[in-house]
Amino acid sequence: MKANAQMEQQSEAIVKFDNVVKRFGNFTAVEKADFEIGRGEFLAIMGSSGCGKTTTLRMLAGLEDPTEGAIYLDGEKVNGKATWDRDTPMVWQSLALFPFLTVQENVEFALKMRGVGKEERRQRAEKWLEKMQITEFANRNINQLSGGQKQRVALARALVTEPKILLLDEPLSALDAHLKVRMQAVLSNLQKDLGITFVYVTHSMSEAFSMADRVVIMSRGQIEQIGTPEEIYREPYNRFVAEFLGSANIFDGVVQGPAGADGWQVAYEGGETILPKSERPDARQGQKVTFIVSAENMQLSLPDSGQPGIEASVAGEEFIGGTAMVFLETAGGQELKVQKSHDELSVLNLHPGSKVVVHWESGSCHVLPGENK
Amino acid sequence: MGNENRIINALLKLHIVLCLLFIFAPIAGSFVFSLNSDRFPSLPLGEFSTEWYRLIWEDPLVWQGFGNTLVVGLTVAVIATILGFGGAYTDFRYNFTGKSVYVALALLPPTIPVVIMGLAMLAFLSRVNLSGTTISVIIAHGVMCSPFAMAIIRLRLSQMDPDLEAASWNMGGNQWQTLRYVIIPFTKPAIFAALFITMAVSFDEFAVAWFVSGLNETLPVKILGFLQGQVSPRINAIGSLAFLSSMTLIILAQLLLRSPEEEK
Repeated sequence: MKANAQMEQQSEAIVKFDNVVKRFGNFTAVEKADFEIGRGEFLAIMGSSGCGKTTTLRMLAGLEDPTEGAIYLDGEKVNGKATWDRDTPMVWQSLALFPFLTVQENVEFALKMRGVGKEERRQRAEKWLEKMQITEFANRNINQLSGGQKQRVALARALVTEPKILLLDEPLSALDAHLKVRMQAVLSNLQKDLGITFVYVTHSMSEAFSMADRVVIMSRGQIEQIGTPEEIYREPYNRFVAEFLGSANIFDGVVQGPAGADGWQVAYEGGETILPKSERPDARQGQKVTFIVSAENMQLSLPDSGQPGIEASVAGEEFIGGTAMVFLETAGGQELKVQKSHDELSVLNLHPGSKVVVHWESGSCHVLPGENK
Repeated sequence: MGNENRIINALLKLHIVLCLLFIFAPIAGSFVFSLNSDRFPSLPLGEFSTEWYRLIWEDPLVWQGFGNTLVVGLTVAVIATILGFGGAYTDFRYNFTGKSVYVALALLPPTIPVVIMGLAMLAFLSRVNLSGTTISVIIAHGVMCSPFAMAIIRLRLSQMDPDLEAASWNMGGNQWQTLRYVIIPFTKPAIFAALFITMAVSFDEFAVAWFVSGLNETLPVKILGFLQGQVSPRINAIGSLAFLSSMTLIILAQLLLRSPEEEK
């Protein structure tokens, strides 16, 4: 039975966090982390600074020991196992390349620590230098390299032992925007080529969402949601996630009663709307619901169009590529954002202070299941 | 650069020149007189002469003192640098209650007046029957020099990205391997600088050595002996050589500590 469970773990998850808690004195850095990471998965752990994402990664690397709970790596409980006895190499935010060694010596380091012979070390390091396209820099000093080149050295150095899992702690945060996108592609392709698990800690939504198979969103030590980027984007679990993603308008409402066969009539400050019944099948009259409408699903009309909706005035506009985000303020003081193409906006001829009516299709409302449970 | 005041600049430069003159004029004077044939330092100068250097060259007492100084200096440099490294690494690596007290105590010896230090050392070393031996000078100088080594190495460690050590562990290096392949290579320039500076401090240290050296006098103690006996230009010659060797050590240390990022 036990052996069976272990077999299963071997085949599916490479990492299992079993109710892991980490405290530093009175401060709880990670609270009840309970999730698995699949073999060959690209998992991003995302959150703002101090949310516990780096601590989670460091526990997996063996640089911190959990206060409670257990971490399983490849089916083996690794609590208390020193980082040098694991094969969980990490790419550091600071890169942590050794300035007193050449590029080649940096890449060989992990092999040297494991007692691999000189000739084999050289060959294996050269293979990775080639793979990362930095062979020509093999004999350079670290401080003679550019940011992108250093990044590649850090990757080669971490991968030289051919680990099953690679941990990355905000590795791209020091790069400029252009290089960042290039390195994202390098990382994505590398992960697909190698087929190994990547655990990627970042505060950047664009990095997490563009590379990861699944994203873990953390805040104040808690895991707020785990899911694919699509799932999280379409169906944020709670207010924190919705606010963190930043592209949705959040409304607090109260169920008034059924609206037709498959809707609920919901009142919120400033208006009423219809929620699809499927969003909260068990709702009853008087129940509070928190729902979101994403900025691109909001519609704008001029007040004289007779369209029912929330009246608001324009506070400002921000260009986002081919679209613009219009920031509005309702009479009740709520801030709303609406994302529209420049063409649509030019018809409305908006300027700060203009009055508009905001409305949306009932199907574009999404209830946050994590609120008002 | 528009708001530089020429007069203030000139005054500052003059100030520096005067300071350096004040410090180095006596040394330069002693160097000049060490090459002067006259028995007493007086102007105008006599003839150029290497007589005094020849005399100390032929004086077995000087050689004996120099030998003691060299043995003590080399041993002290090694011991003090090892102790200093240990102290600095402990400070870098660990956090514990009372750490500030530990660091303060470790850096304390140079602040103790040397006479008190010398007396205390003499009292202690004679109690353990080590007084008057070369070892006693080594012990006393080791105590006095290791804070210098610790300060230099501590400064270097503070420039180290703490992730370097964790990265080494993470890549399979245990604590000893990490010490050997990461910490020591990184601090190498500071370790050599500490070796040179502690050697220079030991070379020049007089008071404590005078208390504890007994018959195994180091060169500075010998010099005092000469001075008490008679005034001889030999002192100038010895002084010039001692100054040159100390300066060499200090300059070497400075070169090692300069822009550590360029060091490999």
